[in-house]
Amino acid sequence: MAKSTKKAAAADAGDRQDSVTWPAEIYRVLREAHVTQACYVPDAGHSKLIQLLHADPAIATTVLTTEEEGIALAAGAWLGGNRCVLLLQSSGVGNCINMLSLMATCRFPLLAIVTMRGEWAEFNPWQMAMGHATPAALELMGVKTMRVSAASEAAETVAAAAVLAFDGDQQMAVLLSQRMLGRKKWVEK
Amino acid sequence: MSSESKHGAKFGTLDRRTAVAELLKDRGKLLLITGLGSSSYDAFAAGDHDANFYLWGAMGGAAMMGLGLALAQPDRPVCVLTGDGEQLMGLGALATIAVKKPANLTIVVLDNGHFGETGMQTSHSGFGVDIHRIAQAAGFAAVSDIRGMEEVAAYRRQLKLVSGGPRYATIRIAPGNPPRALPARDGVFLKNRVRQHLGLGVN
Repeated sequence: MAKSTKKAAAADAGDRQDSVTWPAEIYRVLREAHVTQACYVPDAGHSKLIQLLHADPAIATTVLTTEEEGIALAAGAWLGGNRCVLLLQSSGVGNCINMLSLMATCRFPLLAIVTMRGEWAEFNPWQMAMGHATPAALELMGVKTMRVSAASEAAETVAAAAVLAFDGDQQMAVLLSQRMLGRKKWVEK
Repeated sequence: MSSESKHGAKFGTLDRRTAVAELLKDRGKLLLITGLGSSSYDAFAAGDHDANFYLWGAMGGAAMMGLGLALAQPDRPVCVLTGDGEQLMGLGALATIAVKKPANLTIVVLDNGHFGETGMQTSHSGFGVDIHRIAQAAGFAAVSDIRGMEEVAAYRRQLKLVSGGPRYATIRIAPGNPPRALPARDGVFLKNRVRQHLGLGVN
């Protein structure tokens, strides 16, 4: 990459980072919903929210080796009186399928926030199949999905999903559209 | 009887029902999650308790459910009692728990080297995989490999601790299926029973 192009890409990435406020808004909403456990398989789209959760001593953060661990963790947390959020990428939804039977059978609340891949300006064909199947796969297992297409809707959607989950005993997944998250940058500044 | 598989791994000799009854005697404030299959039957046979949550499915999830509970209830000792097959399906959980370091959590794997619920096929541990060495390599604070009933009785003290964890123990039990002792299967009932035991509200 030419030096000038590199600079432009870096500036673009910087602008995007500074202007993105939805992760902080989701973090605030999670705190207001009394979430005290958070678990995740990292995703670039979730990185800022993960940082905020890690920085908060009132929240126990758990890094997972696979997303289904987070489903069982959320069940145990609720059993003990805690509210847990699971952060994952759409490709990880497939890993959760059988474990979701735990939530359906016992009517455990679930609040999952899913960053979508394979649906908007995706260049990696390996992301398409699971990205395409994600909403239907969740619904098949009894998880209700709520779609966020614009950053301005993110916080209120998570807030609504948290009530549905923790007060309404539902299994909820908020899907953050890839269009909103922006294209993955494959060449670093 | 001490049997040996054709691949050389020695199976345990302890009677599972006796071992679990010994382990859960005088349990105090222990909260218990049991993995699906025989581990749930063993715990129920040892005496039903409001602080028991029996899994009947969600294979591979017992240890992680124990982690969530342990983090939520740091002043109560939490034990996950499960089988080798169930833990093998969730081996990554051993890494996750070792990293998170819940001081009040103990994972106990009843290891008979077989998938007992499905026709006694030899499991990976029966072929020689030492799950306790995986827990050790992951970084558990204390790891035990228990082969005698006196050791089981001695381990009981560890289960009551809310510090020094996470602990991991393999208990080498003999292959074989004792008569089934079936706890309640209604997940919502089991969930709310534990929550009420902890003084938590029911939605």
